[in-house]
This record gives sequence, structure tokens and C-alpha cells, in this order.
Amino acid sequence: MNEKANCVVEDNGLSPLEPGGQPPIALDDERRIKVLSPGMLVFKRFVRNKLAIAGSIIIIAMFLFSFVGGALMPYGESQVFKGYEIMVKNYAAVTRNDSLLYTVAPGQKFDTIAQSRMILAITKNADTFESSGVSYTLTKEGEDLYVVGSLSVVAQGKGIKNKFTLNPADGVTLPGDFTARFEAAIAAGEKSFETADGQSFLLQTSKVQATVSQVREIAIASKNVFVGRLENDFSFHLAAERALADLTQAGFTINGQAYAITRHEDGSATLTDTAGDEIAHVSRWIFKESEVGTVYPEGFASAVQQAISEGSASFTLLAADGQEQLFTVERSNLQYMVRTQKPTYKIMVYYPPSQEHWLGTDANGMDVMTRLMYGGRISLMIGFVVVLLETVLGVILGGVAGYFGKWVDNLIMRLVDIINCIPGYPIYIIIGAIMDAEKVDPTRRIFYLMIALGILGWPSIARVVRGQILSLREQEFMTATEATGISVSRRIFRHLIPNVIPQLIVMGTMSLGNIILIEATLSFLGLGVKYPLASWGSIINAVSNVFVMTNYLFVWIPAGLLILLTVLGFNFIGDGLRDAFDPKMKR
Amino acid sequence: MKKYILKRILISIVLLFFVAMVIYGIMRCIPTSYVEKMAREKASLPGGKSYTEWLAQLNQIYKMDTNVFEGFFSWIGTAITGDFGESWQYNVPVVAKFKEVIWDSFILAFITLILRVAISIPLGILSARKQYSKTDYAVTVFALIGISLPTFFFATVLKLVFSIQLGWLDLYGKVGRFYNQLSPFGQFLDIAKHYIMPVLTLTLVNIGDLMRYTRTNMLEVLNSDFIRTARAKGLSERVVINKHAFRNTLIPIVTILGNTLPGLFGGALITETLFQIPGIGYISYQAMVSGDIPFTMFYMLFMALLTLGGTLLADILYAVVDPRVRIS
Repeated sequence: MNEKANCVVEDNGLSPLEPGGQPPIALDDERRIKVLSPGMLVFKRFVRNKLAIAGSIIIIAMFLFSFVGGALMPYGESQVFKGYEIMVKNYAAVTRNDSLLYTVAPGQKFDTIAQSRMILAITKNADTFESSGVSYTLTKEGEDLYVVGSLSVVAQGKGIKNKFTLNPADGVTLPGDFTARFEAAIAAGEKSFETADGQSFLLQTSKVQATVSQVREIAIASKNVFVGRLENDFSFHLAAERALADLTQAGFTINGQAYAITRHEDGSATLTDTAGDEIAHVSRWIFKESEVGTVYPEGFASAVQQAISEGSASFTLLAADGQEQLFTVERSNLQYMVRTQKPTYKIMVYYPPSQEHWLGTDANGMDVMTRLMYGGRISLMIGFVVVLLETVLGVILGGVAGYFGKWVDNLIMRLVDIINCIPGYPIYIIIGAIMDAEKVDPTRRIFYLMIALGILGWPSIARVVRGQILSLREQEFMTATEATGISVSRRIFRHLIPNVIPQLIVMGTMSLGNIILIEATLSFLGLGVKYPLASWGSIINAVSNVFVMTNYLFVWIPAGLLILLTVLGFNFIGDGLRDAFDPKMKR
Repeated sequence: MKKYILKRILISIVLLFFVAMVIYGIMRCIPTSYVEKMAREKASLPGGKSYTEWLAQLNQIYKMDTNVFEGFFSWIGTAITGDFGESWQYNVPVVAKFKEVIWDSFILAFITLILRVAISIPLGILSARKQYSKTDYAVTVFALIGISLPTFFFATVLKLVFSIQLGWLDLYGKVGRFYNQLSPFGQFLDIAKHYIMPVLTLTLVNIGDLMRYTRTNMLEVLNSDFIRTARAKGLSERVVINKHAFRNTLIPIVTILGNTLPGLFGGALITETLFQIPGIGYISYQAMVSGDIPFTMFYMLFMALLTLGGTLLADILYAVVDPRVRIS
């Protein structure tokens, strides 16, 4: 109760005794009038203007967003984001094999001409054929399994009447009982003989010459396709094919390794080693991997075959990492396409907004939010530098013109008229086009752009400064400065220009918005700030692709709103400042 | 009065001469490598002239091989006769191309001007009459948004809404796909339909300036003594505003409109380009981007002429409308 009473007394200033015991101040006492400095008056008027305050808040927010936000943002201006994305990709193409496939022994040649000769020989049921001067033997060892051998000379000799001296061919070691068996064969008049270790030899004799040759398996022709982890070993293939052709065999041994064969109903077979691991799947199906270097998971071939024979559209397999992998099988004409979902490492282009990227990513996989922040820096910086440049030029030239008058004024004002007539956009566009063609560095482009904007922007400021100075210089305080002998430059820049500062601030604020608009427009047209540097205008440039305009609003709408808000903020402030500096307009 | 006009015209001609000189100087500053590159590009197009022919043609107009002043006088001599050479981009004389496209720009600008005047002057007056009211704030914010709106952004939003989402209007161009099969009235409607978005864009972007200008001038008039007198006489508010205040506001407005009249021929560079309306703005944009020097020179000189004409017209109109100016 007591406190409240005290407050009231202090508030209405009707207390008979001021604190400190001073005598009361009369109601019309001068001390009651609070005198504000002109600056404070302007500030008070400015603060009372709601729009101006809104504008100030917008601009402060923009500065925080661009400069502080850019510094806090963990991403870089032109950092490209890449990531894994699950994509359904072609995995393998499967086709039924109806032609013979050839496996050729290492170091041997069995070219396509020889292959076609072999086919001819098969149709004629011949057991030998010749190609390019080499003779081959053909043995049918099972259904669709042919083994091609080639005759190679192992020894040659001359002699008379069944007495031959043989010289072995280069690099051939003959078995120990070779000569004895050879002579026995000659004596018996046989065309072939065998040595004790099971090698067989062919014999050709004339009256004076004898040639001993040996058949070597150089190629296998079979319709079977091996899929699996196998080395390209000819002897293994030969043994496997022979074992597969003989339906009674359940395994084979080659190079000291034993393998078991499991035959399936559909004619395919699985080869397993002694440990029971699958070595290969043998079937009549050709598997062509879609990506080079694909290693099929275990059991892939049999699973595909099963899916095809059952007509099912998909199957799952355990992948190498222990995860289940889903494969789909699709038939197109004679081919079956196996597809699978596969994580693919790619640039994250046009990702919608997410936790990591609040505004998504753009066409280059860069974070839109970060680009907006750095773009804001460039746009605001260009605005301020250009305004500074044109203000300096305008103040100097306008001040000189206004102060000196006469021919100096005339000259400068005609220059102002001339520059005023030069159209801005065409000049900027030409400069931009030339810089495009000359491939000017993006950072230097910005400097050239700022210079061009500054040079074409100063006339309006010069005009205002001159007009103000023309009227100010007739006032008494200028006569006083002249009388006290202050130097001319000091008179202009210390006594005249400060009186123009209110107008300069208003014009500067307004033209800040304007310059940001011009810069954004040029960047939008692709003639201003260029990639990799960001600018709000160049971010919106993405809409030149109608698909982006329609589907990726998150890329261009925020940039447009930022430009609008910033320019609006500057215009609000400029408007508020004008009203605050020049209260005449108030009723 | 006659003397005043004559003097202004003479000054304008002298200014134009110097502007032409500056523009010629800018053209001479273009790097030779760029000119040669463009000429080579043009020469590689099918049916085009050879590289040396292009350069020779350029030399013939601009006398690039002589010094700047000789070249300038020779160029301005031919330009004054209306010969600006042949456009590189369009392969026809520059002036012929200009005549072909100028009316599209004019119609676009004219419709915009009418809408602009019809919207911004009443709103400006309304805003001044109710200064610091909610209406005033709303109008001011609207005007400032119009001024602050980036043309390309607004145009893109319009396209997104009207062309893509609603599907009412075409994205680009002056005529539709079936223009040639339409009746004359249908053709007119087709063009009108294609002008809707450009006109909307231009109007909104340009409305703010005039609105603010009207408001400021109206406020000035409303604060003057004769309005107080009129009110003191007991005239109704309607009469005060419409008869006493508005007529006086018209003086600066007529002046500023006089300033914009020649601009009707200048084309809207950005808007026409965005909507691909084949007016002088879009045509010159393409010429400038592709390094068409003859057309660019012509366009810049033409724009300078329009600016000068605007200032001249504004000054003369000011003298005509306001007798006080004539005396001084």
C-alpha cells in the first residue's frame, strides 16, 4: 500500500519535495523539457515506425544468416555431397545356350575358322579335319561334348627299308621305351603304338622317312556353361566335362584334387570339392554380369535356374556379407534379366529437405541452405561495396560541382547527364557475355561487376549532393568558414558534406536494395556471379529447367524469398529513414 | 516557351552526340579476341558468311582499323542516315529487325502503363488521405513489395502457378502452337492470352514507384495552406480532395508520366526475355548475349535516345502544366 502510493507520487512528478531535498520545479520550468540531440530525434522517429523496425529486423536476420550462419554451417560453399542410394540395377543377363562353347588349352590356337571346320566335320561324322594347314582329330566323348586334338610331330627320322633313326622334335622328351615300341610297330606294320605310361603315338612311314606324331587335346567344345569360382584350368575342364558326360560317374580327380558331381533333374549339375563347398554350377545357361567384376554369390546360378524353371519372379540369396539379397527375374524375349537392389554411390542430386540438408541439395549435390548463406554474403557484399563506391564518386564529383559552380558544375553535370543516358542492363549483359567468352575467373568477375555497377550508379547521388550544396553554400555558416580561412577541401568535406549525410544515407539504403536486385537478375541470367561461387540469383537460375521449376521447389523458392525479403528490408529502412530525417511530411 | 523548348532540344542533341561517343568507346574496348571468336562462331554456322567477311563488314561500319575519333565520326555519319549495318544474329539490317519487333514491345508497355496508372494513382491518393492508417500501411507495404520483387522470381512463380499447376497459360512465347489455324479474332485472343503474364509481371513490378510518388506529392499538397483554406471554407472532403488537392498532384504526375512515354518503345528487357515475347527487349538480349555488335550498338543508342527524350518531354510538360515554371 505504502509502496504503491510512493510510486504514484514519483510518477506524476507532483511531489512537493524532489529527492535530495531540492526545491520543487515549477510546471513550466525549462528543466522539465527533455532536450534531445538531433540524432536522437531521428532515432526516436525511426523507432516509432513499425515498417522501419520490421526492415531492420529483416536485415539483421539476413546478416546473421549469411555471415554467422555461413560460419557455423559445417558444410562448405561448394562441397558436393555423395551418398549411397538403393537402386534397382541390372545384375546379370541369363540366356539359354544352344551353341557349342570352346575351351582352348593354354598356348594353343583354335580360331573361328577351325571352329567352323569342326562343325562341318561333326555334321559329316568325320573324325579328322584340317584348317589352315593344321590337321585336327575330333572325338565325340558324349552328347554335345567334343574333344579336339591336334597332331603334333614328336620325332622324325630317315632310313631305308624299315630301319629308321629318329630325332626327337625340339623340347620333346620321349618315354624310355619309345624306340623299342616304335620298332615293334614298324615291324608289325601298325599305324600306331602305345608306350608303357599310356601315351599313344601315330606313325607315318614312307620308304625313306618316318614321322611319329602324337594327338594332344587342345580344345573342348561343349554346350555346358560353368559358373563359379574356378580357375581357367584346361585339364580341370577336360576332366570335368568327361566326368559329366559319363552319367555313371559321381566324381573325378584331377591334379590331385577330388571333386564330386551332384546332378539335378533339369540337366544341370553342381561340382563340389572334398570339403563340400560348391565349386561350380554347370548348366546350359549363360550368365552375363551387367557390371564388370561382379562375383556371384554362392548358389546364384542354381537359384536363377530354379526360378526360371519354376516361373517365379524373384528369389533371395545370402549375399557375401550375410545379408539376404532379393533378386528379381524378368523375361525379355529369349533373355532373362536378373535385377537386384544395390546401394550405389552417387552424387546426391536434388535430394528433398532432410535432417542433414534442411533445404535439400541442388543439381550439383551441394547443400542448398549453405549455398544460400554464402550467396547472401556475396549479394550483401556486392551491395555494400557498390553503394560505397558510387557514394564516394557521387560525393566527390557532386560536392566539387556544387561548390565551385560555373564551368566545373556545368562539365560535371553534363557528364552526369551522359552517364545517366547510358542504359545499364545492356552494358552489364555485354560485359557478362564477354567475360563468359573470355572465361574470366569467377572471383574477378565479381570485381568487374561491382566496378561497372559503381560507375553507372554515381550520377544520381552526385545530383542530389550538388543540389544540396548549391543551397547550403549560400548560408551564413559557409560565409563564416570562408572568413576564418578554412581550406577549400575542408570546407567541402567537413562543413558541407555532413549536411548532406541524411540524404546520402537514405539514397544509399534504397540503392542497396536496387543493386542486390540487379546483381540477382544478372546472376539469374547467368551473367553475374558464376559457379562455383553462390549467389541468390544464380541459385534460382536452376528454373531454366522446367522440370526443376515444377518438382524441386525447395531449390529456388527460398532463394527468391530471401532476395525479396532483403530488398524489402532495405526499402523499409530507407523509407523509415527518409521519414525520420524529414519530418515535414508528417501532419 | 518556344525558345525554352528549342534550347532544351539543342542541349539534348549535343548530349546525344557525347553519349554516342561513349557508347562507341565502350564498343572499341571490347577485346579483339572476343570479336574474332564471335566472328568465327558465326562463320561456322551453315549458310553464313566467311570469317573474313564478317570482320570486314564490322570494319566497314565501325572503322576499327583507324583511330577512335576517326572511327567514331565515320560511324556516326552513317548511323545518322539510319544505316546501322547488318545484324550478326539475325542476318538482316538492324533497322529492319527493329521495325519488325518494336510494336510488340510497345503494346506490352502500353497496356502496362494504363494498368499502372489506373492502379497506382488511386491507391497513392487513398494512402495519402489516410496517412498512418492501416490502409496506408497496407498500400505502402504492397508498393514496396512491388519495388522489391525480383522480376524473374515473380515471373517464375506466375509460370509455376498459371502454366504448370493450373495449365491455363503457355509458359513462353507470343503465340500458341495452333496460331495459324485460328480465325483473326481467335488469333487476337491467343496473343492476348500470352500477354497476360508479362503484363501482370510488369505491372506489379512497376506499380510501386508511381504509387509512392503519388502519395508523397499528395501529402505535400494536402499539407499546403490552400487546402487548409478550402477546409476552413467548409468545403466537403470530397471536393477538397478531388478538386483542390488532386489537380495539384497531377502536375508532378504528368511530368513523371511524360518521362516514361518514350520508354514505351524501349521494351522490357528482362520480362520479355523471361516470357520470350519477341519484342525489342528479348531480341536485343539475344543479340547482346551472342555478341551481335551492330544490334547492340543500335539498341544502346536507341535507349539513350529514349532516356533523353523522356527527360526532354518531362521538362517541357512541366513547363506546359505548371505556369509558374514558365515565368522563371
